[in-house]
Amino acid sequence: MKYRLLYFASLCDAAGCAEESVASDSTDPRTLYAELVARHGFTFTPDRLRVAVNGAFTDWNHPLADNDEVVFLPPVSGG
Amino acid sequence: MFSISATPIDVARLQRELEASGVGAVVCFEGRVRDHNDGRAVDGLSYQAYVELAETEGQRIVDEARDKFAVEHVVCVHRIGDLALGDIAVWSGVSAGHRAAAFDACRYVIDQVKARVPIWKREHYVDGESGWLHPDGTPLIR
Repeated sequence: MKYRLLYFASLCDAAGCAEESVASDSTDPRTLYAELVARHGFTFTPDRLRVAVNGAFTDWNHPLADNDEVVFLPPVSGG
Repeated sequence: MFSISATPIDVARLQRELEASGVGAVVCFEGRVRDHNDGRAVDGLSYQAYVELAETEGQRIVDEARDKFAVEHVVCVHRIGDLALGDIAVWSGVSAGHRAAAFDACRYVIDQVKARVPIWKREHYVDGESGWLHPDGTPLIR
């Protein structure tokens, strides 16, 4: 399947891009994130991150569909 | 109303949105860029947001405040982009019939925005370094 990934803050720095399109056999965010850790060297463990799919918060086992927009959100620091 | 703004926050315009004939109290909070954090001299901040989700989550917080407290209007705007010392990073305003609800709702909004809305702050230090803040003990990534 193909996913559109957006990266923010330190994940953006680590990936070296703000977004990318990836082809993957992963069908949930947990497996997809593990692939990205191997690919980009992300140091966050999943318990430090939140997941959003198509602009809404969801959980790590959410079934992904082709062309979903998937975002792994580092701890926030607004304000 | 919650929004993300790439341009300076127009406080006078936001204050007008708080008006209503039943209002007896208005409480506003301004979060500003200060010149230090954790013992380091800071000379500016950059904010980044996942705008689509930030605006829906921010609006959810505003709606929660309206449900929890006896208020007339609740407004919050958060900046993104590069900010200088003294610039307003976030503005939250609440109008209500009485001051207790206005204070409580304003506090609720800013506390929840800081905890939940997908916005990130990069601090720029006077010594030339900079790093994203991930406020749960994660080391700065430079």
